[in-house]
Amino acid sequence: MNQAIKKIDGLADPLTTPLEKLDIADPRRFEHDTWPPLFERLRNEAPVHYQADGPGGLDFWSISRYEDIVEIEKDWETFSSEPSIAILDPEPDMVVQMFIATDPPLHDDQRRAVQPAVAPRNLLEFEALIRERTQETLDALPIGETFDWVDRVSIDLTTKMLATLFDFPFERRHKLTEWSDAATSDARLTAGAGLSIDERRVIMIEMLQEFTQLWHDHKDDGKESFDLIRLLQKDPKTANLVDDPLGYMGNLMLLIVGGNDTTRNSMTGGVYFLNENPAEYDKLKADPSLISSMVSEIIRYQTPLPHMRRTTTKDTEFRGQHIPKDSRIVLWYVSANRDSDVIPNADEFIIDRPNVRNHLSFGCGIHRCMGNRLAEMQLRVLWEEIMKRFSRIEVVGEPVRTCNSFVRGYHKLPVRLHAL
Amino acid sequence: MPVVTFIEYDGTQHQVDADEGMSVMEVAMKYDVPGIDADCGGAAVCGTCHCFVESSGELSAADPTEESMLGLRPDRESNSRLSCQLRVSESAGDMTVRLPEFQM
Repeated sequence: MNQAIKKIDGLADPLTTPLEKLDIADPRRFEHDTWPPLFERLRNEAPVHYQADGPGGLDFWSISRYEDIVEIEKDWETFSSEPSIAILDPEPDMVVQMFIATDPPLHDDQRRAVQPAVAPRNLLEFEALIRERTQETLDALPIGETFDWVDRVSIDLTTKMLATLFDFPFERRHKLTEWSDAATSDARLTAGAGLSIDERRVIMIEMLQEFTQLWHDHKDDGKESFDLIRLLQKDPKTANLVDDPLGYMGNLMLLIVGGNDTTRNSMTGGVYFLNENPAEYDKLKADPSLISSMVSEIIRYQTPLPHMRRTTTKDTEFRGQHIPKDSRIVLWYVSANRDSDVIPNADEFIIDRPNVRNHLSFGCGIHRCMGNRLAEMQLRVLWEEIMKRFSRIEVVGEPVRTCNSFVRGYHKLPVRLHAL
Repeated sequence: MPVVTFIEYDGTQHQVDADEGMSVMEVAMKYDVPGIDADCGGAAVCGTCHCFVESSGELSAADPTEESMLGLRPDRESNSRLSCQLRVSESAGDMTVRLPEFQM
């Protein structure tokens, strides 16, 4: 298999090349889905690993074991989320500010302001609407013809949900997907395939302009709604966020990406994993009450965000290594979720595994994914409605995966539906 | 053996004999008490085993990790705790914990 990898992408053999010669964050391993052996090696040989020359020429540390990531996330005072939660540093002339990349107390204030939008009480109200939209989307799909699941289902459903969460004009909702994709496609993280800094900036400013208009439109219409914008307006601590363009822009990027890529790619991943593991699909057909458990397993197995970054606020010792102040610490959730010391048979996709909720796809600690309940609900409703309609979703070709070390996902997945 | 009483949000009560040394979260899991999710399995890093302690003997105070997680709860009260951090013991005695409307 390693020979084949070399032929495909020209990457060094992850098992025989000296570790210091490997770029752990090389996005092509995600594009070709050849990342697991490298991270298994890291967990075994170098769980706290320093790399001198990473994306954009920056150095960083890779943390690959489950328990180590949990310990680091607990200590947010030493391992800060400022100034950035991705390997790359913020661009000096456009330091956007988002609460995922801040520490308490600012983090807690801004997070608490928007949390009610995705709290389970609000979700009960959303569920009927989400189900209706899911039914519409699924009912429009052709039976027995090849089509792209990513485009017709995953993108369609997550975009509709995002428009609802922001109370964004429904007919213009495709813009949300465009902005989300732009926010995560920095060319330095995508092996050159993404956008340049200037191109991204133009798109992000367009997003800011539209959302500034939306803020003012929402402000005065007197509508009672639990959408994210009105929640920010209602909380005294964030009521003037629009006056701080970089803060507003940052939090929009966070909420749009957080509600988009993650769910979208788990919607696609589930279809793919069930095709690869027909025995698991048989289990699901025999007992559809496994859907909730399967949803957690899909989210673990996909790990739509492979990493988050922290930055040390002081010199520190960790697992016997000296880590200087201002070091970039990359927490590889994608690796932790395959750590068999914590998750038995972690490389296998098992929809009814014990302790299925114990995974790190949502991260942990104070930055743990705020929308996790919404994401799980969207996926649960999707699979409930799929099982009512189709006997099988057959994957008829290899997926086209994203070449990105921050978003692990799919551009395309050709499928064919079989009627009940 | 100390007795732990769980009161669900809708008022349903579950009274169980708890083994010393277990956490209140583990007791809830063992007896299938609904309303506690415990996504992180007991490390105090997910906040999904939140409860309100109505009565108990002596309990250890929340450590900084638990404190930061409780700080994110929109429904936090002065008796909020993460049940994974509450240990059943002779000194903690019989406990009554109320469960929140939702975990997140």
